[in-house]
Parts: sequence; structure tokens; C-alpha cells
Amino acid sequence: MLKFRLEERAKSPYWLIIVSPFIAIIVAIILAGILIILAGANPFNSYYHLIIGAFGSKNSVAETLARATPIILTGLAASIAFRAKFWNIGAEGQLYFGALATTFFGTGLVVLPSTLMIPFLFIMGALAGGLLLLPLVLLKLYYKVDEVVTTLLLNFVVVLLVSYLLEGPWKDPMSLGWPQGKSVIDEGVLPQVLSKTRLHLGFIISIFLAFSIWFVLKKTVIGYRIKSVGLNSAAASHAGIPIFKTVLVVAILSGGMAGMAGVTETAGLKGYLTLDLSPGFGYAGIAVAMLANLNPIGVIFSGIFLASIYVGADSMSRAMNVPTYLADVIVALTVLCVLLSLIFVHYKILFFGTKKDD
Amino acid sequence: MIDFIEIIFTAGFWAATIRIACPLILATLGEVLCERAGVLNLGIEGIMSIGAMVGWMTVFLGADLYTGILAALIIGGIFGLLHAVFTVYLGASQHVTGIGITMLASSLGFFCFKLILPASTTPPKIKPFQPFDIPFLSDLPFFGPAFFQHTPFTYIAILAVVFAFWLMNSTPLGLSIKMAGENPMALEAQGIDVFLVRTIAVVLGSAFMAVGGAYLTLSAFDAFYFGMINGRGWIAIALVIFASWKPERALIGALLFAGLDAYQVRAQQLAGAVIPYQFFLMLPFLLSIFAMVIAAKRTKYPKALLIPFRRGERH
Repeated sequence: MLKFRLEERAKSPYWLIIVSPFIAIIVAIILAGILIILAGANPFNSYYHLIIGAFGSKNSVAETLARATPIILTGLAASIAFRAKFWNIGAEGQLYFGALATTFFGTGLVVLPSTLMIPFLFIMGALAGGLLLLPLVLLKLYYKVDEVVTTLLLNFVVVLLVSYLLEGPWKDPMSLGWPQGKSVIDEGVLPQVLSKTRLHLGFIISIFLAFSIWFVLKKTVIGYRIKSVGLNSAAASHAGIPIFKTVLVVAILSGGMAGMAGVTETAGLKGYLTLDLSPGFGYAGIAVAMLANLNPIGVIFSGIFLASIYVGADSMSRAMNVPTYLADVIVALTVLCVLLSLIFVHYKILFFGTKKDD
Repeated sequence: MIDFIEIIFTAGFWAATIRIACPLILATLGEVLCERAGVLNLGIEGIMSIGAMVGWMTVFLGADLYTGILAALIIGGIFGLLHAVFTVYLGASQHVTGIGITMLASSLGFFCFKLILPASTTPPKIKPFQPFDIPFLSDLPFFGPAFFQHTPFTYIAILAVVFAFWLMNSTPLGLSIKMAGENPMALEAQGIDVFLVRTIAVVLGSAFMAVGGAYLTLSAFDAFYFGMINGRGWIAIALVIFASWKPERALIGALLFAGLDAYQVRAQQLAGAVIPYQFFLMLPFLLSIFAMVIAAKRTKYPKALLIPFRRGERH
């Protein structure tokens, strides 16, 4: 058996940190290429169709950026939480809670001029996402109930709640039998930012939020506390950092970002709530955050990358007859390759014999 | 009101309880093995999914049912090995690796399913395991139909508990697994390879999970659906905590849980007009969270859970 051990690098070379996610992506794409060959298609042709499908025209670029919007937000949600080693895997549920809040407040209950209505809906969506996470954070802090499992399980509960509301009391009577919510009033609808496309204001807002989170994490006391808690919570506690308060802030921020992803989809892309509002945006956020090395600005780019895979895979599937699930495979492979690359960034692998042990 | 009590005195209720419990039992045992060795395996949901697919596909393509189980076992082991390479040998984050494995295993399963059966709108069916009457016992009134007229796969699942119990409590490997999860330094000091022990536990545990998934397609149902695991893996992780990482308690926990699930399905038929069905479907998930809260007070995690072991490093 091959004997080796990992030795932590004192300082990771800067170029390696920058280059490693790109290498991870390339490896993932090569591995997925093997699957394309198995599907009987030419991988180069397939990837060509994927790129054209994602960036080939004004419309497809707009579609990719529109798809990136909720993924950037759930990516921010995962980045904030994972930085503090708070494993919020519940972005999917929090997204739907934000969408529920949008439907509750945005379909006629509150009527404000557009300039107030849109911020109001975002605040309500963020509050809803944060509130959904709150009881689970408290369970974690008071009773040490593992948040990974509770956030995952709650996703299923929330989707069932949405299903109940859309088939029952919140069903739009004008929807001809489809289970969907009432339309968001005109004042609340996010305006198009590129005419004749589906790209809406939500994209600009998600970028603005990414920069805001970057600022909070890098330049404020809260950001410093979050980082310390994530690196070593015991040491942080000794240093007088309030763990309880910090984790609470992390959870509210994280849940809030995911909740706002529900707002952009309900008030921006669709205009009303549906049961298939999110095809797993919450889980995609985890991949986005990892690919960006939990950096909020990086999340913008990794979010657009993932969105382009999803959007491009549709047209690749049509042209080359490769199942669209390839997109999910690429995303999953990317997550694992990024993990692998992070090991190489932070550790040197020493084989026994290459250096005298102890 | 009488109707609601009568439910638990029907043989059908008990038979359903066991049927619902089987995939959970296998998955929970698998997770117990991994976590006792100190490795959280969040790949469980995806591994169950691909186990369900591979087991079913093997039979659909012409093999017999037992080969289907074997195929699921192998694919589970392969993904377990992948998880072990990342988390045990390279010390990567167990949380993120697990989520990545779940994403990869389920999407790869769906991809292959669509590749082999591109145009099937209605999922094709296989002939699954048929009930096997245990001689004499199956003739008992009530107890016969409740406990002794199950499919062979069901009896395999129960035997798996016995196997896991024996493995953990009566074998050197079981002892090593427990030490790897409690005090890996001490294990290494005895000259036992911690990496290897953890890897064996994760591979074996993942194989259990995949077989649990295959129970759904080979015994409980006769077809493979997308999303058919539907959170069972996550529920199993909650059950592990509820079972305090003990195989025998995993059996009790899974049965208790399945009993409540079987009960709600029947109660739903009685109360369906009053309470929307979604609330009944929420129960298993809410119950799992509730079980974790109850168990939280006496929860004693394996001490080295989530901590990667590195040679030549002292903690």
C-alpha cells in the first residue's frame, strides 16, 4: 500500500489559489466528456453546443444571467454559513419561504409605489428565509442538534407546505387548474434590464448583494468574528468573541440571502409562485460557494458558470441527444474536483521515503 | 375514534411497518458503520438513489433479483471508496464531500437511466421479490400475515441487523472501527492502519445504503422513479443519532418510525377529507427533527467524528 502523509503548507502560493478552481473545472469537464462519449456523441461538438446554448446570442446570454441570479444568492447563502462552519444545507427551503413571503405580501395585501414595493418584497423575503432558519439555529446553539440534518429535512417540509398552499388556499382561481399562486402586482414585478429578454433587475440586485456581503465579511467586525468562529470556535470564544451572537447573525444573513432568491424567482422571472420554482437552486448554491472558495465576489462568476452549464445543457441535449442530467453530473464533479484542488492548495503530499519521518 | 385505534390491530399495518422500515434499517446501519469509524457520510441519499437504479437496471436487463442486490452492493461500495479517498486519505471536509457524492451519485444514476431508457414515459416494470411464506409460522393467525409472509429481501434486511450487531460487538474489526471513531491515535499506536479501518467501514456502510435503496426497486416497488428516495437518506441520518450509533437501536428506531409512517397512511384514509394530505407527508420529516431534539440531551457523538486523522500529527 502506498504510504503518504499530508503536510500543511506554511503559505499557499497565491497563483495556486487563483489557478486551482480553473483546473478543477477543466478536470470535471474532461470527466463528463467521457460520459458524453459513452452516450455515443462527440464531446467537442457537444461542448460547442453547450457554449453556444449558453452564450451564443443576446437572448441566451440573458437567459444564462437570469438563471445565475438565484444561484448567486444561494451561493452567497452557503458562503456566509460555511465560513462560520455553520452547515446550512437548507437554502432550497429558505428560497421557497422567501417565495411564499413574496406571494403573501406582493399579490395585493400591500400596495406601494414600485420604488418602495420592490425593496419591501426583498426585505420580507429575506426575513422569511432567516426566520425559517432561526428555530434550527436555536436548536443547534441550545441543544446541539445537528443543523445539517435539520436544514435538509426542513426542505422537504417547506416544499410540501408550498404544495398545500398552491393546491388549496393560495391557488390562483384564474390559473385554469394549474397549482400556482396569484400574480405579483405590477408595482412589485422586477423590471427587465435587457429589453425583450427574461433578464430582470434581480440580477443587478444579486451582484449588489454579493459586493455588500464581501464588504461585510472583509471590512467589518462582524466579518472578522465570522471568520474566527469558522477557523477555531474555541479560540474565538477565549478571545472574547460572542459565538452565540455571531452564529445567529450568520444564520439570519445566510437564510436571508436564500430567501431573496425566492423573491427574484417569484417577482422577477415567473411573476407568480409555482411548485417547480426551483429545480435545486438551493443545492447548486453549495457548488457555487465551493467553486468560489467561499468568496462573495467569486460567487458571481461561479454562479454564472453554473448557470451557463444548466442553460447550455438544454440545447446540447436537443442537438446531440445527450441526457440533460449531464449538467448535474458536471456540477457534482466540479464540487469534488474543487475539494481535491483545495487539498493540493493547502497541503503538500509527502510520500514516505521522500522525507525523513519524525 | 374506534377506527383510529383499530388500525394497529390489523396485520396489514404491521406488515406495512416492516416494509417501510427495511430501506431505513439498511441505510441507518450503513451510516452507523461510517460514523462509528469517525466519518460522516452525507452521500447516503445519492448512494441509495444509485443503488435503487443499478439494482433495478441489472434485473431489468435480464439478471436475477439476487444479482440485482449484488450489483447495488458493489456500486455502493465504489461510491463509499470514493468518499473514503476524499475524507479519510485526503482529509477533505466530510460535509462537502458527502453533499458532492450525493449530487454525483444521484445525477449519474439519472443520466445512465435516461441513457439506457431514453424514451420511456411510463417507467417500465420488473417482477420484484415475491412474498415468501415461512413454513408453519406464516399460518399463524394475525402474526403470520404480519411478520412471516414477507419477501426474501425483507428477511435479508433483518439479517443485516444481526450481522452488523455481530460485526460491531464480537469481531476485532468492529472493535477497530469503534476505536477509529473514538481514539484513532490509540488505534495507530497498536500498529493498526486507521486509514484502512475507516475505509473498510465507509465502503461497507455505503454498500448497506445502496442495498437499502435497492430494496425500494426490487421489493417494495417494481420500478425506478426519479426522486424516489425522497429524503429517506436524511431521515436515516437522524435515526442514527436517535439510535445512539447502535445497530440494535437502529432497528428499533426504524421500526418505530416506520410504524408511525404506516399509521399516518392509514389515518390519512380516515381523515383525508379533513386534513390535507401534504400535512401527513410532512410528518416523517417533522418527526425526524423531533426525534433528534429528544435524543440531543443524551447524544454522545463518536469523539473523532468529523476529525480527519493525519499521520504524524498530534492532537
